[in-house]
Amino acid sequence: MNLFLQHALTGISVGGCYALIAIGYTLVYGILRLINFAHGDIFMVAGYFMIFSFSVLPFPIAILVTLVGTTILGILIEKFAYSPLRQAPRMSVMISAIGVSYLLQNLATYLFTALPKPYPAIPGLKKIINVGGISTSLVTLLTPIITIVLVLILMWLVNKTKIGMSMRAVSRDYEAASLMGIKLNKTISFTFAIGSLLAAIGSILYFTDRMTVFPYSGSLPGLKCFVAAVFGGIGSIPGALVGGFFIGICETIIKAIGLSTFSDAFTFIVLIIMLLIKPTGLFGEKNIDKV
Amino acid sequence: MKKILSLILAAVLSISLVACGNGANSASSSASASNEKVVKIGVFEPQTGENGGGGIQEVYGIRYANSIYNTINIGGEEYKVELFEVDNKSDKTEAVNAAQKLIAEKVAVVLGSYGSGVSIAAGEYFKESKTPAIGCSCTNPQVTNGNEYYFRTCFLDPFQGTVMASYAKNHGYNRVAVITQLGDDYSEGLGNFFVRACQNNGIEVVAQEKFQTNEQDFKAILTNIKNADPQFIFAPSSIATAPLILSQARELGIECQIGAGDTWENGTIVENAHGAAEGMVVTTFYEANPATAQGEEAVFLLGEGTNTSGFPDYLASIGQPKDVPAVSALGYDAYLAAYKAIEQAQSLDGAAIRDALAGLRYVGVTGDISFNSDGDANKNEAYVKEVENGKFVFKEKVSVN
Repeated sequence: MNLFLQHALTGISVGGCYALIAIGYTLVYGILRLINFAHGDIFMVAGYFMIFSFSVLPFPIAILVTLVGTTILGILIEKFAYSPLRQAPRMSVMISAIGVSYLLQNLATYLFTALPKPYPAIPGLKKIINVGGISTSLVTLLTPIITIVLVLILMWLVNKTKIGMSMRAVSRDYEAASLMGIKLNKTISFTFAIGSLLAAIGSILYFTDRMTVFPYSGSLPGLKCFVAAVFGGIGSIPGALVGGFFIGICETIIKAIGLSTFSDAFTFIVLIIMLLIKPTGLFGEKNIDKV
Repeated sequence: MKKILSLILAAVLSISLVACGNGANSASSSASASNEKVVKIGVFEPQTGENGGGGIQEVYGIRYANSIYNTINIGGEEYKVELFEVDNKSDKTEAVNAAQKLIAEKVAVVLGSYGSGVSIAAGEYFKESKTPAIGCSCTNPQVTNGNEYYFRTCFLDPFQGTVMASYAKNHGYNRVAVITQLGDDYSEGLGNFFVRACQNNGIEVVAQEKFQTNEQDFKAILTNIKNADPQFIFAPSSIATAPLILSQARELGIECQIGAGDTWENGTIVENAHGAAEGMVVTTFYEANPATAQGEEAVFLLGEGTNTSGFPDYLASIGQPKDVPAVSALGYDAYLAAYKAIEQAQSLDGAAIRDALAGLRYVGVTGDISFNSDGDANKNEAYVKEVENGKFVFKEKVSVN
């Protein structure tokens, strides 16, 4: 029983981090119909922001700097790499996204070397809690709670506020939305800001648990979270949440039963099966092409 | 207009790339422009990637040796010895590219690499081009097996596995667990030899878990291990994974001692594990003891008879901690082997140097070195170190015959 609970806890915690990143994919896709391949690398850069700001600032300010810095990075990437291509075919934007991804990885290798850098221990988060034979750190317990709270706030933001309404309008039909007086660029920037902010929070939770950052540490989580977003139905926020938890928990189960070899393969098999059976994902809306 | 602009931009970019490439090359072969005769020794080490941290330490030892033994006399002519460094990036594909670069550069001998997998991947190319290679710390048997051009200055994994198993036995451990990295020749090889040695010593292996390269989450396999309740965990793997395994194990409430092979003797592990490294045990190649240093060791540690003040000071001068890593000593010894073999062969021909290496016998920093028919150094001593208060402390010297 203890064994099971311990595994479940690990799975849920990993899943929480995945969900936070997956939301970034889903939001951007919902608005721009763009798969932001650089998202995993924004997550990695957020890790480096934390390392460097922590070394000179007290930790609450360092966290703030990381969150703000990553948000600004997300907005800047959108401004320079995606917005000039607003009228270009969707494929060009996608290639631009891949370019940004490689740029960030190589820039990080160049600036910080490929050696793993130690992630700072945020006071209190690594505290070890022991309940009835199950031992875990505070951050493991906090991750799923923070994830769910953030998703609830985000749902409120999207469904109840004015900026949320313009986001939904843009995602429906951005030409019509801009005719109705919605500021397209502002809305898109805002979407990237939220996506990057969530990636930064996810990065703090993820790296606190794993303690090292290197230039490629964003690429595999990024891919897995993309799968999570597709699984839940890309474009749907609850879908990304469910997808993230599903991938995280399944991965842990597979490693636990001794099939580590297949843990990554499994994630991508899930992607293929989902695309074959239900291409729109669990919560995805069916897209009707109007002529 | 836009087209012209982008063309110009592309041209500028490609020119700057070419310029960069030249810059990198000229740094390592600058002297060849003058009329001096030059012998090139290739350094085949990872300077980036998961083994980058260990690889660079080996390079330091080699660079220091090169600063002491920088000229060589062949056939009455003075040659300058130059290092040609390539980065194999801890990756088997990159390793082959790097090896081909060395061969194209016509280096006389290759030194390296840290990490057995890359050495195995490149070995065939060295053999084909008749370029002798001397591994410093690659411990997997397959590196030299069936390759008469590959030598090495360190002990092997079967030996290292046996040392760890006898350590476990001496400390009264009857139940051990093993964690290895899938597809990594060093990790899986060493893990298997440890398991075999344990079985011979009547120690029960209660769990064997594997993880994928670049894995960052070990909690699932560690939970299984916790459930099997071992008294000792052996987890030979790279420097990058070590702090993760250590701290996640402690976090899950696993309290038993954790040990690994030579790779874990690295200060960054202790630093990155934030205290979870306390009590971990490693086997290693060398223990620096300046008080009793003689001969080559005195040259290495104290700079005796040279115009330097020893390797620790050299490390300090490049901003590194002064503790001598075992792999640096092996790098130094490998360079020395290459140097002495070229001197003996009195030729830069690969086959001649190989024959000289096969019959070579010299006293290096890490003891008497001669090579057996496989090209492995005849060594039967290992040092066991433990982390105490954040420092590696020498515990015992183990000899196995």
